[in-house]
Amino acid sequence: MLALKAENISKQYRLGQVGTGTLSHDLNRFWYKIRGKEDPYLKIGETNDRTTKGDSEYVWSLRDIDFEIEKGDAVGIIGRNGAGKSTLLKVLSKVTKPTTGKIYTNGRIASLLEVGTGFHPEMTGRENVFLNGAILGMTRKEIKRKFDEIVDFSGVERYIDTPVKRYSSGMYVRLAFAVAAHLESEILIVDEVLAVGDADFQKKCLGKMNDVTKGEGRTILFVSHNMTAIKELCSSGILLHQGQLTYSGGILDTIAEYQKSSEKQSIYLHEGPLETALGNENIKILEFSVKPTKGQFLDIESGIKILLRFYNFKENINIDTTFELRTYEEAVVFHTGAPITTQNDSQKKEYVVEFEIPPHLLNTGNYYFKLMFGEDQRIPLFVANEIIGFEVENVKMGKNINVLPGIIRPDFNYIVK
Amino acid sequence: MNEPQQKWTETIGANHSLFDLKLKEVWKYKDLVYMFVKRDFISSFKQTILGPIWFFINPILTTIVYLVIFGRIAKLPTDGAPPLLFYLAGVTLWNYFSASLLATSSTFTGNAGIFGKVYFPRLVTPLSIVISNLMRFGVQFILFILAWAYYYYKGEAHPNIWILATPFLIFLMALFALGVGMIFSSLTTKYKDLAMLLGFGVSLYMYATPVIYPASSLPGFFKKLAYYNPLTGIFECFKYAWIGVGDFSPAMLGISTIIILILLMIGIVVFNKVEKTFMDTV
Repeated sequence: MLALKAENISKQYRLGQVGTGTLSHDLNRFWYKIRGKEDPYLKIGETNDRTTKGDSEYVWSLRDIDFEIEKGDAVGIIGRNGAGKSTLLKVLSKVTKPTTGKIYTNGRIASLLEVGTGFHPEMTGRENVFLNGAILGMTRKEIKRKFDEIVDFSGVERYIDTPVKRYSSGMYVRLAFAVAAHLESEILIVDEVLAVGDADFQKKCLGKMNDVTKGEGRTILFVSHNMTAIKELCSSGILLHQGQLTYSGGILDTIAEYQKSSEKQSIYLHEGPLETALGNENIKILEFSVKPTKGQFLDIESGIKILLRFYNFKENINIDTTFELRTYEEAVVFHTGAPITTQNDSQKKEYVVEFEIPPHLLNTGNYYFKLMFGEDQRIPLFVANEIIGFEVENVKMGKNINVLPGIIRPDFNYIVK
Repeated sequence: MNEPQQKWTETIGANHSLFDLKLKEVWKYKDLVYMFVKRDFISSFKQTILGPIWFFINPILTTIVYLVIFGRIAKLPTDGAPPLLFYLAGVTLWNYFSASLLATSSTFTGNAGIFGKVYFPRLVTPLSIVISNLMRFGVQFILFILAWAYYYYKGEAHPNIWILATPFLIFLMALFALGVGMIFSSLTTKYKDLAMLLGFGVSLYMYATPVIYPASSLPGFFKKLAYYNPLTGIFECFKYAWIGVGDFSPAMLGISTIIILILLMIGIVVFNKVEKTFMDTV
């Protein structure tokens, strides 16, 4: 028995300033419609690749998504920032309608795209439980029945008759999640809401969500960048990439596929005329590469050598570059950079920047670079997201061949006495 | 495989019928309407010393100002009604209408935060606004009754059977504010210009409505025109019923009702169409 089926879901957004030229587009659309023709703006549009600037004003945030979800499944939706995960959740939870396609559902859908939607700061915890519950689609009766359970789960019993503006942010989130966790819907849609609260509470939330799927047999769609949480909670997965569904299947396979797809080339090398290189009127990137400092493989002990070669068009200013290294769970490892010119003497020419990440710093895992060019370290000249990605291979530690937890894995000088 | 027949309880699609108004769904969310009204009430008076007394202060001061400017300086006629009562009646009704209209007209732009995160029938919001303003009106109406009782005792107010129509008049006015408010709130999601228009439009509209003058004082052509203003019938009926003055005929109320119902229908249809995509443009 299916709980949800999506057919050809697409969602188009208009870029830039909404409102300029809206009326003319609307009139044009209307003119096509009365002649019985298709919307002229549906034909145009590009895939949602944020790194390159497209020509079209319209962009497809989701394109022809098809999937089916069995009743009682917990499905993780995986993808990088901008892959269309949140848009998909928005469409599924009816916040906005798809541009094309249909979604069939069987059972009540409750969505949790944010905790504490509609909480009013002046109202007490008790009143907000009722208000938030009602917004999420519960009746007063249902909320009354579950009220004690909700308060108990949140652990803010003592403050329940205090306005929530006096709450600490942790208490606020606890109470808000507690309401949502007690929704009685057949299908629950959860966006990255577990990223809030302390570790203890996160564990409690995950546990509760686990109960919801495994114990109560309800269907869950879950978006997170936290692969551990997804692995623990979900049984199957959907992988989105630039608005398209690129893989669906068991959760482990989906995560593997995600990590494989994110191992983009560790070298960006531009050949051909300068105009076609990645960049804009200020900067064109010619080469950006990641190589092991010693040996053949990028691993924990190899060290990593980074080389950036770019062409600058802006003269007589101070330019600088910033390298931001991120994990695919979107944790920023570092965000540092180097000034290229400091005397307001930049020239129209090619610059090369090199640096090294020392061995025994990064742990095993997948990383990617975001590259930013700026003027006086304040004004952005060009930003390239996810320009290259790479994987650091594991090196066993003694007899332990397992991957150690943590983003970094420094080799300290341990003194044992 | 021998699977049970697949059934769907709901379909979310790109295209919807214009007249699929989902009023049933709104009924399911009646508790939310109640909570929104409660929220409006609590939030207006938390941390104020006078609390609901502010409801009284507004019409009293407005009435006094009108009394001085329109009654004493401009010397507008009141059809022989005691000026204070005449202005108070106008102000009480007008406050309700303008407050409801202005609040409902910003439904989408003002609630984008909530609407972007969770689905509920959007119609709930303007409905709750009109209802919470009704509470405010109720309090101000008490003030009117007090003043009216005084003049009645003095023999200067002459009520008649039309008093019984008062709830209907209020209801009509609520529907009117709701209908027009929904049309504006839907259009402002794309064209913010209309919010500007509405802002001063409402204050000008007051002068096109017999709030501070009786309809009988209008010259011939304008009088005819005024009959097509749905508020004319309502205001004249109210003043006729409670004070016994004015130029009222049931036909005026009939015209008002028809125009208001048409506007309301247009409002709901437009609103329902916009609610599905406004998040992309607001």
